[in-house]
Amino acid sequence: MIETNGLSKTIGEKTIVRPINVSFQGAETVAILGPNGAGKSTFLNMIAGLIKPTSGLISFHGNALKKDDYTLKEKIGFLSHQSFLYDYFTPIENLIFFGRMYKVENVRERAKQLIDEVGLKLFQNEPVRSFSRGMLQRLAIARALIHNPEYLLLDEPHTGLDQQAVSILNEVIKARQKEGVTVLMVTHDFQQVTDTCTRALIMRNGRLVDDLSISELGQDTLDSRYQAVVKSS
Amino acid sequence: MDNKNSIFRFLIPSKGYNILFYLAIPIVIMALYLTFIWSPVERTMGEVQKIFYFHVGSAWNAFFAFFVVLVFSILYLVKRKRIYDIIAGVSAEIGVVFTAIVLATGPIWAHSAWNTWWTWEPRLTTTLILFFIYIAYIMIRNMEGEWQKKARLASVFGIIGFINVPIVFMAVRWWETNLHPVVLGDGNEQSGGGLEPSMLFTLLFTVATMTLVYFLFLRKGIYIEQLRLETSKLKAKWQEKEINREAS
Amino acid sequence: MRYFITPALLIALKDLYSEWRTRQVVVTMLIFSALVIVTFSFAFDPTRQAVEALIPGMIWVITVFAGILGLNRSFLSEQKQDQLHGMIVAPADPASIYLGKVIANYVFVFVVQAISIPLLLILFDFQVPGDYGWFLLILFLGTFGFICVGTLLSAVSIQSKSSEMLLPVLLFPLVTPIVIAAVEATRIVLAQDASISEAFSWMQLIVVYDLVFFVAGFLLFEYVLEV
Ligand SMILES: Nc1ncnc2c1ncn2[C@@H]1O[C@H](COP(=O)(O)OP(=O)(O)O)[C@@H](O)[C@H]1O
Ligand SMILES: [Mg+2]
Repeated sequence: MIETNGLSKTIGEKTIVRPINVSFQGAETVAILGPNGAGKSTFLNMIAGLIKPTSGLISFHGNALKKDDYTLKEKIGFLSHQSFLYDYFTPIENLIFFGRMYKVENVRERAKQLIDEVGLKLFQNEPVRSFSRGMLQRLAIARALIHNPEYLLLDEPHTGLDQQAVSILNEVIKARQKEGVTVLMVTHDFQQVTDTCTRALIMRNGRLVDDLSISELGQDTLDSRYQAVVKSS
Repeated sequence: MDNKNSIFRFLIPSKGYNILFYLAIPIVIMALYLTFIWSPVERTMGEVQKIFYFHVGSAWNAFFAFFVVLVFSILYLVKRKRIYDIIAGVSAEIGVVFTAIVLATGPIWAHSAWNTWWTWEPRLTTTLILFFIYIAYIMIRNMEGEWQKKARLASVFGIIGFINVPIVFMAVRWWETNLHPVVLGDGNEQSGGGLEPSMLFTLLFTVATMTLVYFLFLRKGIYIEQLRLETSKLKAKWQEKEINREAS
Repeated sequence: MRYFITPALLIALKDLYSEWRTRQVVVTMLIFSALVIVTFSFAFDPTRQAVEALIPGMIWVITVFAGILGLNRSFLSEQKQDQLHGMIVAPADPASIYLGKVIANYVFVFVVQAISIPLLLILFDFQVPGDYGWFLLILFLGTFGFICVGTLLSAVSIQSKSSEMLLPVLLFPLVTPIVIAAVEATRIVLAQDASISEAFSWMQLIVVYDLVFFVAGFLLFEYVLEV
């Protein structure tokens, strides 16, 4: 369970995220929707412990996230806009470095298995610098999964992915769902939301403006709900 | 309403500032009188010696200003209040001005005392390095980006910059004693023990006066910074209003 | 420990491995220090008398200037894809990132010193009188202090768009004590009639500096990395 309590962030004079109270239970897969600049990434970064909130609390299973609570942070897998990968390293080397940072056992096997899973086997020994955006994104997803996280935070995971990669990603998410992983996913792809998510949050201007359960909605209604919420002022 | 209140609050100088200001006028005149008329003319150096009072006063104030930077840098990192960052920044700027005065008066003194424009005298050299450190500090403050980032980085630099000062002083002193052991002895005499009581009194009075002036500057600097902030906030608000009006 | 020493070593190894693959930084630093040596020998006629006065200064000019080249790069490679954030979520204590970077930067400068200082001594035909041990110790202590401050300030300056210009301005005034003390101590141990005891007070000063700034870097690094 993840819970935020009055979580907000101000950078410069600008309030990017206004106090947000929300909680995510067990094996939920939650989509975070909203126009560009709504503060979705900032919100996700705060939960990942990367951005220090201006005010408010984040707690996992009732324990507040502290900056030196590494055992808790270890359970989070985070995919950011940025890939976090090193240009001069091959996929294998990148995954092994991060795997070791997460103290994964049998890193090499695990890395190979993940590279297989995201379909980069042919390129596993080529430096990442020559990769296309989609290939990088695949590897970045593998990086976020390397330590079998209990909480998965994905920021626009679908960008740059081809059709095949999108279905791989959906498989991955569904598999994690079964294991009871909480997935928070920022996305603009409504098709994927209705396919994989159980719940959707809509953000606008740093505010959480809607919170709906997908199973009770068809795609049309999600779309119209989104349009209605985002357009209204 | 709340907003209006805050504007008026900054437009009217505070009572504390006024008291400080009107107190400062007679004291500054008094200090000038003591320095130029009342205190005796030094035998060997003549009138030039009078620069000594301002030299020492500025040096003391520069150190004090940088100490204030240290204190408010730590406070900022702990409490994250913008006012602490503003105080640290203003104090650093005043400190740099005082350091510049020390560096300008030092050579004048050196020329009359030792017939050379610059000596690598430890205090003067340390002041020179201080000057560079706090120029660098101001450069961090002038970085691009949001104020929180600049305040954070400047605070870190304000802390390590100040703890560096005693080490610089030690290093320069040992280094200087190896180079010209004689001049150092001279320097010690002329700035310490051998001072006449009336000169000592003038010195203490000038130092105190300049400290008062420091606080005046500090108050004024903070006031200006706050005005600037208020202006930019109003501007942002106005812009937002315009955008909203166009949108609707 | 688990979240501290291990990540630090991993980060240092990662940097060393990456450097081994690309050889960009150290090679540039080496070429630069060779150029410094050549330029110095043109600028100052290296007669026997002058050499003794020149060598200590040159050793530290090479260390500091070549070091700045490396330090400028140190966090640049972590910025392109926000890899620092990747480390923080990994999760590594900010202080352990600092430690890892200090180790890596030290090794780079060490490699440069290990090649360029013998080269310098050979080209100027200079025999180190007496014990190498003290000389190496001073070299280690001075370089370590320089890298401690340099790594911290490199992480500060990288957050500016003009980081290459900002770093020297921030770094030079802060390392003056190291430069003074290290040059003086080196001068003493390299003098023909070397009396080591005179160098002790300088070495003490360097040790104090090293400790103060290592601890400062350790404690303050988290504020530098914070978002
Ligand atoms: N470091 C920063 N400095 C200044 N503004 C920022 C910073 N990060 C984000 N913002 C601003 O915050 C707003 C929300 O950003 P973000 O969370 O990335 O939005 P989203 O991911 O929903 O598109 C944007 O308007 C952006 O300009
Ligand atoms: Mg975003």
